Amino acid sequence: MNYTPIAHRTTSGPRGWDGRSLRDMLLDAERLAKETGHCFGLERIAMKEEEPIRFEKIFSRLRGSLVNARETALNISASPIVKELGELCFALYGPEGDSITLSTGILVHVHTMSEAIKHMIRTNYEENPGINDGDIFINNDPHIGNVHTADVQTFVPIFWEGELIGWAGCVTHVMDIGASTPGSNAVGPTTRYEDGLTLPCVKCGADDRLFRDHVYRCERAVRTPMYWSLDEKTRLAGCHMIRESVRSLIREEGIGTYKQFIRDVLEDSRRSFIERLRQLLIPGVYEAPAFIDSQFAAETRLPEESRKDTMMHAPMRMTIDPKGRLGVDFEGAGKWGLHSFNCTPSAMAGALWVLLTQTVMPNDKVNDGAHYATDIHCPRGSWVNPDVSTTAHGNAWYYLVPSFGGVIRSLSRAFYARGYVEEVLSGYGHDGNILQGGGIDHHRNESAVSNFEMSCVGGGAGIVKDGLDHASVVWNPEGDMGDIEAWEMVEPLLYIGRSVKMDSGGIGRRRGGAGYECMRMLWNTETYELQFVGDGAVFSQPGIFGGYPPGSGYRLAVKNNDLPTIFQERKPYPTGDKYSDGKGVTDLVKGEVILDKRAVDLPQSYGEHDLYLSVMRGGPGLGDPLRRSPDSIEADLRGGVMSPAIAERAYGVVFAIADGKQAIDRERTEKRRREMREARAAKAIPAREWVASERESRVVPKRLSEPVTDMYRSSMTVSPHWARHFRTFWNLDDSFRF
Amino acid sequence: MIPSYDRSTLEELLDGNLPWAQTHSIMSSFKDPDRFDKMVAIHQSRVAWKEPILLPYGENLYIVQKADSARVVKCACGQEFGDYRQNWKLEALVRVRDTQDEIDELYPKMMAANAAWMQLREFICPGCKTLLEVEAVPPGYPILFDFQPDLEAFYTQWLGRELPKPGTT
Repeated sequence: MNYTPIAHRTTSGPRGWDGRSLRDMLLDAERLAKETGHCFGLERIAMKEEEPIRFEKIFSRLRGSLVNARETALNISASPIVKELGELCFALYGPEGDSITLSTGILVHVHTMSEAIKHMIRTNYEENPGINDGDIFINNDPHIGNVHTADVQTFVPIFWEGELIGWAGCVTHVMDIGASTPGSNAVGPTTRYEDGLTLPCVKCGADDRLFRDHVYRCERAVRTPMYWSLDEKTRLAGCHMIRESVRSLIREEGIGTYKQFIRDVLEDSRRSFIERLRQLLIPGVYEAPAFIDSQFAAETRLPEESRKDTMMHAPMRMTIDPKGRLGVDFEGAGKWGLHSFNCTPSAMAGALWVLLTQTVMPNDKVNDGAHYATDIHCPRGSWVNPDVSTTAHGNAWYYLVPSFGGVIRSLSRAFYARGYVEEVLSGYGHDGNILQGGGIDHHRNESAVSNFEMSCVGGGAGIVKDGLDHASVVWNPEGDMGDIEAWEMVEPLLYIGRSVKMDSGGIGRRRGGAGYECMRMLWNTETYELQFVGDGAVFSQPGIFGGYPPGSGYRLAVKNNDLPTIFQERKPYPTGDKYSDGKGVTDLVKGEVILDKRAVDLPQSYGEHDLYLSVMRGGPGLGDPLRRSPDSIEADLRGGVMSPAIAERAYGVVFAIADGKQAIDRERTEKRRREMREARAAKAIPAREWVASERESRVVPKRLSEPVTDMYRSSMTVSPHWARHFRTFWNLDDSFRF
Repeated sequence: MIPSYDRSTLEELLDGNLPWAQTHSIMSSFKDPDRFDKMVAIHQSRVAWKEPILLPYGENLYIVQKADSARVVKCACGQEFGDYRQNWKLEALVRVRDTQDEIDELYPKMMAANAAWMQLREFICPGCKTLLEVEAVPPGYPILFDFQPDLEAFYTQWLGRELPKPGTT
């Protein structure tokens, strides 16, 4: 849906400090940071030096007020995504749009909201549409400051005696945004005109009330108006709580103190971040690319130019310079595409931010000061920075999440080298499957669903422990799978099974955390559109130090099946696909079976009693699997996390019957492992020989599948630098291209 | 309060044998600034060779100072992989799983990647046959140089001391 301007006018004019415009303040702040290397040019953090207790007290009080706003306001929402899973976040910003402090939640948006505020300032919203006390603004445009349109942001300016002293911001992940396909991670849009309701920093209220025309417009644009409305009230109520907390603080501490604090705390955070890098990491260069598949060649419902099988390429290169400055470079990323997975630099910066807050600076002041200490390079024209504004971003997360896995592994190499082994993680699990769709639900209402059980995939393995089973996702450290009952209230699908997904964690000395699976049955709806969203043809998250990637996903559904007869005759029905071969389902139910590795597709119709298996992925492994202790494997087998077959094939386990029970034969296992070590070496060749052979047999003759060829062609076209890297490694002349 | 941990605690931590509550406490606390030297000393005591460890480089791998001026990547077993500024993987053995059967060996039937899209490269120590690293990349992708530390800057600018000289222990 295209944006139609809505004109709301109040008074206009400079709103900054001492009669200045916000734009002048922002430009000054940026100039000072560039010239001096310090936020606002601050050589010293005077307040922290002179009144450290007061400094800390003010920070804690503000942070507490934001957490309080989140925990209180989320109760207004009826959406399980917000209420159950906590897909929201509040942040307090300075007048120029730098975050001062934040609540818990989807931290990625603390920086994307900063970009949106700065957009309003740069484009002179003070003059038109005006920024006044009591105003409300809304944004969800990825090209301004966002990841995808379903993340909706509300902003409330905070005034004190006529001066704008900050902004309260909140984001919630809404159930549906009215895209061409239903749900909150739309897969199907190929241009922005299909991405749904776009609200590019729109003034949507005044005097603390939402404009009625805005409310009507949004309610008619989305498939889930009731959830939309309550989410918007959640965001607004929390922002107003934050505004009151700030005003209360100023009444007690004085406006001069507050103004000084919000300057000092940014510079303090910038310095702390650099200090922590120097304390925890190792300067150097780290390389950790990522890939994910997109299989739409056979999809006739897409425009012809979008029908292709292709692979995302995220050639992540991380640099930590001797001064402690961290850079992340995506040079070599392929061209943007006519698909739903493009990202903007705002999204990429936000993603880096959310990773750093969970790794390098989890227990210090977290705000945009750290942003001033990092650089991120998003090559123009690539999928991380499209050079047109018409790209679709419906499910930008699908490319975004795997592309940053390498940052975790790279940081972990540094943690290990520095001795902080307890911080090492092999990465994180891919956040799929997303059960997503829409139609007439079991309440006879038009609806859309995005099941957020994928907030609890398997965690990465560490040096000191296995990955957490069905635990979390990287983009929301407070993630939760939600209650079955809550999902069944909003989705016309019953849960007829939910269990740990055997063999889903990456194998290794430390095992990746297991995912889980849910067997769903369509219930009380004549027809409903559903799709699968997750990796399938590739491993999107590799392991580390000899650990392997977790299993990728698959598509399993049985339509027009004989479940009604099975229920009537009280025969066993499937509750999952225990051995991930489809037989756990197809041996019990007859019908039209979908079983393949095309794990991201477009919505298709499902009917009453149809079965849909939603598989949540595991985390990557760490270390040589032949060094995993038999005790740990026994625990895995008992817990249903590992099958005997994988224990034998991947871990070299030999079973024996002892006291009538199957048990691991330690002695024969050790012997078998010695044999496997020798066998693996016998199957290997010196790497230099392999490079020479691969060059001749595969690279020079371009003997590669079409998706892989397309990926190389795209990266080498967008980036001459990456093309040189490729040619140099394989010793190819400058004319070589795909 | 800046913590510091004794050697036995760090050894237990490295081996994953600390009670979870204690591990969690170490994770949540401010970091102990003397960790690097203590951990290097632990690693050094666990290997049979004498060259000083300059940096733990990965599980089983180290960057060490040779008696001459060379700084090389070395496995715990003693196998050497050459100058640390060159990619050690090129001196390793590699087994590439690039057929469906070879990938399927390690995964349940429906959870393996498609060999036309992706291969697994297993880098193996020629000395002890330990699996040191696994790459999951599309066929034709250049071998990854995972980590190129700036040793000089780390020692002189971050630790505030010179790199150990050749011949020291």
